[in-house]
Amino acid sequence: MRRIPRGLAVAAGVGLLLTACSGGTSEEPSASDTTTTDESSSPALEGTLTIWADETRVDDVKTIAEAYTEQSGVQVDVIQKASTDIGNDFITSVPTGEGPDIIVSAHDGLGGWVTNGVVGTVDLGDKAGEFSDAAVKAMTYDGQVYGVPYAIENIALIRNNAIIQDTPDTWDAMVTAAQATGAKYPIVIQQDPTNGDPYHLYPLQTSFGAPVFATENGSYTNELAMGGPEGTAFAEFLAAQGAAGILDTNISADVAKEAFLNGEAAYIITGPWYVSDFTAANMDISVLPIPSAGGQPAQPFVGVQGFFPSINTENPLLVNDFLVNFIATPEVQTQFYELQGRVPAMTAAAEGLSDPILLGFNEAGASGAPMPAIPEMSAVWEWWGAAEADIISGKAPADERWATMITNIQSAIGG
Amino acid sequence: MTRTDVDTPTPSPAPRERRRFGSSGLGLGFVIKLVLVALVDALGVYGLLAAYAVGHWGIITTLAIGLVVVNWVYFSRKAIPAKYLVPGLAFLLVYQLFVMLYTGYVSFTNYGDGHNSTKSDAISAILLQNDRRVEGSPTLPMAVVQKGDELGFAVIEEDGQVWVGTADQPLEAAPDAVVQDGRITEVPGWDVLSYAQVIERQADVLELRVPVSDDPNQGAVRTQNGTSAFASRSIYTYDADADTMTNTDTGAVYRPNDQGVFVSDDGAQLTPGWRVAVGFDNYVAMVTGSDLSAYFFQVLAWTFAFAILSVGTTFALGLFLAVVFNDERIKGRRAYRSLLILPYAFPGFLAALVWRGMLNQKFGFINEALLGGANIPWLSDPWLAKLSVIGVNLWLGFPYMFLVATGALQGLPGDVMESARMDGASPARIFRSITLPLVLVATAPLLIASFAFNFNNFALIYMLTGGGPNFPDATVPIGATDILITMVYATAFEGGARDYGLASAMAIVIFIFVGVISWAGFRRTRSLEEI
Repeated sequence: MRRIPRGLAVAAGVGLLLTACSGGTSEEPSASDTTTTDESSSPALEGTLTIWADETRVDDVKTIAEAYTEQSGVQVDVIQKASTDIGNDFITSVPTGEGPDIIVSAHDGLGGWVTNGVVGTVDLGDKAGEFSDAAVKAMTYDGQVYGVPYAIENIALIRNNAIIQDTPDTWDAMVTAAQATGAKYPIVIQQDPTNGDPYHLYPLQTSFGAPVFATENGSYTNELAMGGPEGTAFAEFLAAQGAAGILDTNISADVAKEAFLNGEAAYIITGPWYVSDFTAANMDISVLPIPSAGGQPAQPFVGVQGFFPSINTENPLLVNDFLVNFIATPEVQTQFYELQGRVPAMTAAAEGLSDPILLGFNEAGASGAPMPAIPEMSAVWEWWGAAEADIISGKAPADERWATMITNIQSAIGG
Repeated sequence: MTRTDVDTPTPSPAPRERRRFGSSGLGLGFVIKLVLVALVDALGVYGLLAAYAVGHWGIITTLAIGLVVVNWVYFSRKAIPAKYLVPGLAFLLVYQLFVMLYTGYVSFTNYGDGHNSTKSDAISAILLQNDRRVEGSPTLPMAVVQKGDELGFAVIEEDGQVWVGTADQPLEAAPDAVVQDGRITEVPGWDVLSYAQVIERQADVLELRVPVSDDPNQGAVRTQNGTSAFASRSIYTYDADADTMTNTDTGAVYRPNDQGVFVSDDGAQLTPGWRVAVGFDNYVAMVTGSDLSAYFFQVLAWTFAFAILSVGTTFALGLFLAVVFNDERIKGRRAYRSLLILPYAFPGFLAALVWRGMLNQKFGFINEALLGGANIPWLSDPWLAKLSVIGVNLWLGFPYMFLVATGALQGLPGDVMESARMDGASPARIFRSITLPLVLVATAPLLIASFAFNFNNFALIYMLTGGGPNFPDATVPIGATDILITMVYATAFEGGARDYGLASAMAIVIFIFVGVISWAGFRRTRSLEEI
């Protein structure tokens, strides 16, 4: 051992080094080798697509992606991202080239992606007519389509049939009837002591005729529409309900769910995400449209789930093939519904629904308004929720607090 | 003394031993070294190739220099100290210095929402976002064709005619083309590409725009999948020579400004913009003239108050308990001590979450059980929230101080205490004049570290109050219990406009504060030790 000449040892080291690098770079040849000139209708494609999905969708996207690989030969890597970070990470990583080819997400981050120039466009062509109107609208920003929708979700009124069987028309009638049953809570709507929960209160707000932003040709403008007497009327309503103890900022999501599960609440306003817990507990529930509090129809926000392409992808044609020729087909949309239990975005797939709970959500969302995707929206949430929390808990006079909130949001989105 | 004797090798044989190994240099150790360095080199070369593939010259340069340094250090006989220092230094460079320099760099740019990437990315995004299908234009079957190196499109018009064109040559009829089952199989003078060939050149195919005619208003044919095409038109055109964007509908010209956006003469802006250096704008915006500046000093003051009070209260309680449980008259001291250390065993963020639940105004344990159904807004009143934060941090932090103080107390020289007692000093006097100064000498560096930690105690604030309750009249999501680091987080990730540049500038300011205070603190400690 000791007598090996130095030169030989160095040579051995270099050899080792060389083998090590050649091992690391042997991915080159495969792509150019396969100059297959096959004329058949299903060409064997080469390439890999990377998809980001959050924890609630990742397993289902994987299942779907496997079917695509089987069908086309394109490898699909599905990577799990945290739902809280996925939109932000998309914005920061696309310019570096480290981003995914496709992101699966709700549509409310779309505005930010467009302003930051990270999301690519999709031409749905004639297929646009096969989707529900709200779904395509949600994928559209400033006249351009950026994604392929696959599911729609919204909140609805859920009734515990063991306590009450009324299908209420108005909020007041519902509360009175529910109070008469002696249930501990007539209705629970999840809130937070400091941040409120404007999302779950929005149907009540729209029933006063105070939508968050004004609309023009069906898409949102950045002009606030919840000021004015309608907004103030809603604020007064919140204060009154808070004082009467119907709405309570200390009822968090967990408290609300527990109360309903334990049979302490006659009604709950929530989305499909909790319903599986209710049905798993063998509760007898019905899903109903949300009653109006202010006289006009109560419109919940409609969230649309979709696949969005990155602007910076090495495989733009494959991405498009995957989105338009695979995701935008009734079979895949139906498969998604079976996996996720949400209303499919494609009308042909939605027509096949028979589950009363999903039909209920579908009906409650029929009048709904798409969640605004404009970037101004993220500025709205913070003040909106805090103001509603203050009003419900009686910390500030309703009209003044609401006016302050409007001023704050105005200056935040103006500057 | 004896220890040193044992440990110090007799001076003469050691160098000879080393020299013997050095001269032959081919022992087992050398082989192991060779393998390890070869592995590092292999990794480095792989990194070089990977960086070269994506054209990242900064990484290539750094890696190359790093590799040369590593090889020189481990194969040179001179660089003995460097052999020990290089790995640590490498990690220091990557994880500390690089991060600091990059944060510093970002703080001088307007990186954030709307200024997310480079100018060329912004230009292609603007062009793509405004590239719309010409109204009423049908989707047509098409094939990608090639002549030499030039790509072109062949489309089947609605009347069944095949038209061919390239980027420079608007579509013209190709009557001799062969169409089979709705697919173009042959175009005279052109090679029809198979789908696999199209995929190979997909980036070029996707970028190709074939003008429909000489009239630009009719748009250009493009494809998104290589098998069907449609006519589209971009509302904006970019003139690379003049560096301007022109709106082809209105004729308005947009010029780049020094804030990294295209602006027209009447002030209209195009999104997205791009990242540019903005000098000290972010540092100025922090203290004056922005939505945030109104609250900066308020938050700064609370940050100092929080850090000082946290250290002060935890140390006071920890020391008090340590003194109490150091008294030999107390029975079962071990059991008490173990119990007291319990909070220290909880992960901080978990404890903060649990406390958040316990402090809930209506359902929380504190109000419900301890105060008999009181309705105290522990977390939603500005001053009570501050009190809660400090209280919870006291619960979390005193065991550490208790441990530290107990250690210091037990190390105190008994003879000094004894002589003080003999001289008739009262216990209070002994504590003030002897115990406290001596304990402080031992614990001062830890107190400084604790101050620096609490100055940046993100987890506690974020988990307990989320910085809230928010200032009701604030136009930024900042609240009464926000400290600087949570304000950085809010600026970078919360609210409407993420502003990484401003957040980085604040991070640099925090770094300077903590650095200066620690430096001053350690200097002061040294002078304490000299007493």
